[in-house]
Amino acid sequence: MSSIGTGYDLSASQFSPDGRVFQVEYAMKAVENSGTIIGLKAKDGVILAAEKLILSKLHETGTNRRIFNIDTHIGMAVSGLIADARQIVEIARKEAAAYRTKYGTKIPVKFLNDRVSMYIHAYTLYSAIRPYGCSVILSSFDNDEPEMYTIDPSGVSFGFHGCATGKAKQSAKTEIEKLKLGNYTCKELVKEAAKIIYTVHDELKDKNFELELSWVCKDSKGVHEKVPDSVYSDAEKAAKQAMEADSESDTEDM
Amino acid sequence: MFDPTSNPPPFWQNGPAPGAFYNFPNTKSGPSDEFQHSQAPITTATSIVAIKYATGVIIAGDLLGSYGSLARYRNCPRVLQVNENIILGAGGDYGDFQYIKNFIEQKIVQEECLDDGFKLKPKSLYCWLTRVMYSCRSKFDPLWNNLVIGGIQDGEPFLGTVDKLGTAFTDKIICTGYGAHIAVPLLREAMEKNPNMSKDEAKALVEKSMEVLFYRDARSFPKYQVAIIDQNEGSVIEGPLVVKQNWSLAHMISGYN
Amino acid sequence: MFRNQYDSDVTVWSPQGRLHQVEYAMEAVNLGSATVGLKSKTHAVLIALKRASSELSAYQKKVINIDEHIGITISGLTADARILSRYMRTECLNYKYSHDTVLPLNRLISTLGNKMQVCTQRYDRRPYGVGLLVAGFDDKGAHIYQTCPSANYYDCKAMSIGARSQSARTYLEKKIDELHNAPLEDLIKHGLRALRDTLPPEVDLNTKNVSIGFVGDKQPFKILDEDETAPFLALIEGEERRGGGGGPPDAAAAPLRDEAGDQDAPREPVPQVAMDTD
Repeated sequence: MSSIGTGYDLSASQFSPDGRVFQVEYAMKAVENSGTIIGLKAKDGVILAAEKLILSKLHETGTNRRIFNIDTHIGMAVSGLIADARQIVEIARKEAAAYRTKYGTKIPVKFLNDRVSMYIHAYTLYSAIRPYGCSVILSSFDNDEPEMYTIDPSGVSFGFHGCATGKAKQSAKTEIEKLKLGNYTCKELVKEAAKIIYTVHDELKDKNFELELSWVCKDSKGVHEKVPDSVYSDAEKAAKQAMEADSESDTEDM
Repeated sequence: MFDPTSNPPPFWQNGPAPGAFYNFPNTKSGPSDEFQHSQAPITTATSIVAIKYATGVIIAGDLLGSYGSLARYRNCPRVLQVNENIILGAGGDYGDFQYIKNFIEQKIVQEECLDDGFKLKPKSLYCWLTRVMYSCRSKFDPLWNNLVIGGIQDGEPFLGTVDKLGTAFTDKIICTGYGAHIAVPLLREAMEKNPNMSKDEAKALVEKSMEVLFYRDARSFPKYQVAIIDQNEGSVIEGPLVVKQNWSLAHMISGYN
Repeated sequence: MFRNQYDSDVTVWSPQGRLHQVEYAMEAVNLGSATVGLKSKTHAVLIALKRASSELSAYQKKVINIDEHIGITISGLTADARILSRYMRTECLNYKYSHDTVLPLNRLISTLGNKMQVCTQRYDRRPYGVGLLVAGFDDKGAHIYQTCPSANYYDCKAMSIGARSQSARTYLEKKIDELHNAPLEDLIKHGLRALRDTLPPEVDLNTKNVSIGFVGDKQPFKILDEDETAPFLALIEGEERRGGGGGPPDAAAAPLRDEAGDQDAPREPVPQVAMDTD
């Protein structure tokens, strides 16, 4: 990669001779330094899960959540710089609110995705501002239709059945690919989501983390919310058991 | 006017803002300087009857949208549950009421999104609506309504009202429109005799008031709704209820046509 | 000092995905004198170490009140803190004007975070070079929030920022389980001890260089003056420094407990000052 030292990588408004915008690529690096988030689409809804790294014992549990509500029916999980991400959350909420006042119905997530990606993309066009250092996953369950999108710092977005960004996105993607996503209901998939977050968490590099789980599905009546406490603790238990079983089989191998 | 989505972080001057990414930069469009402010309501709703009882609040309003003296729309609900703490009733211009209702609903959605455990309280909504009504009237562009806010705050029933001029007060008994003349004396009398009314007593009293109002108020309608919020039982909207009518006296009234 | 080509503007990402200008701004926080914030169920306390720029000057104010229910201490560029505190005051006032109640802490802090973030993304701005500890009390109880120049903020059980604040954090981490149920007086004592741990050996806390602020249920945010600070300093006087915090607990606690035994005497100033404010 002929980026560093060439001088073509100092501004978002400058191409390198081989046609790349390095500042945007560097912004994506910021995303890869943060906790992993994943999104899984089930038959009857969408699950979002986040690995929230705990930086200090002095922090309260539940501070700096990485999963947000955008509107009643839309959720957003974020990875990367949390301060940048909260700005995106704010913009998305305003877009959803503006749509509701204008048209009197809740915004389809497809439209919201369009608008938020345009906003993020606008930040890759000018030298006077830097691209956002965060990726987001949008989830919704509207008209019996689960939908999920991710948006990169570049402003590019795709629809997904299962997706991951952040530190361990590669191994998380591998784990997700093992699942037959179309066969699960949300209730079942929550456990898988928790397992994946526990599996990809790197205990050596990052000591503690908090698992965040949200869903928007039939059971939640199309409302995006933190999963209920009982569902959460079941999922966490399942994930921990899976981890133990895993480490036991590891020791047997040895 | 007032913006429900206030405080978007400025991108830069004339930069893309929510809902307006497409005119970047330096395109300014806005209304011209001269316009006519509203000076009269169009489709109107009549009285609201509201009382506080020992453990809650009742707000009642009929379902009629009048077009001048024409009884034009016969299914215009105008009492609503704002959230689990608050109920609201409105009289006056029905379009303005719907506008306010949308704002309030959006405010609640936004609050739910925050999911931080804080719920709008009746006194806060009452205060906020007062600011809204007063600021609009100060621009000579009032929202032509009487709003009645009821709820439970800190375990106590709350009842307050604000009108199109921004005049606001709290009371045990609040009736707007024709009800202020016809129903208030009835309610005051009943409340003096029985200051700590039960829910059922209060309901019966409101029912009676709606009946009297239907007989006396030419802009009223026999079908009405009642919103009740109670410390112990939460809030409900009942109705449409129908005024029990008795016109057997009618043939004796003469000389008015 | 090492210089790299990616650290001149906040608008430039480094190849590693870092923002050097923001990281440098974070360093500004460590230049300010230390300050400690901690809370129990009922109270949130701020304790700050004040500095004087010369023998002749007064001590720089470190604790600022924002509203009845909120106060902050600052570490870093004082002038930047004044902008932020003015913003917070305005937000609180506006909310009280429009909603007839106090602004919940988390909502204040998140709007503040969004305000601060804008400065980390634009060529024509720089990040705020100041860290805040925000103490407040609302319907959800007592809170301590920490904000950073990076526009990050954290909901904390206890926290310390500023020069040599690591020692204070170490103390607080050790005591973290005791704080939740501690009475106000103990909370202040813990805060003072944590702050004392950040001092070089030749310096000690005194009424001139310590500032104490606290807030609680029906207790508006109150900054103690020198006379009111003295009794609290007396409570931890003579304890062994440094090790004293985690050290022989019996020896340290015994005389203290005597003082706390007739609890009403030293605690009496609290309700009295509560009446003094407005």
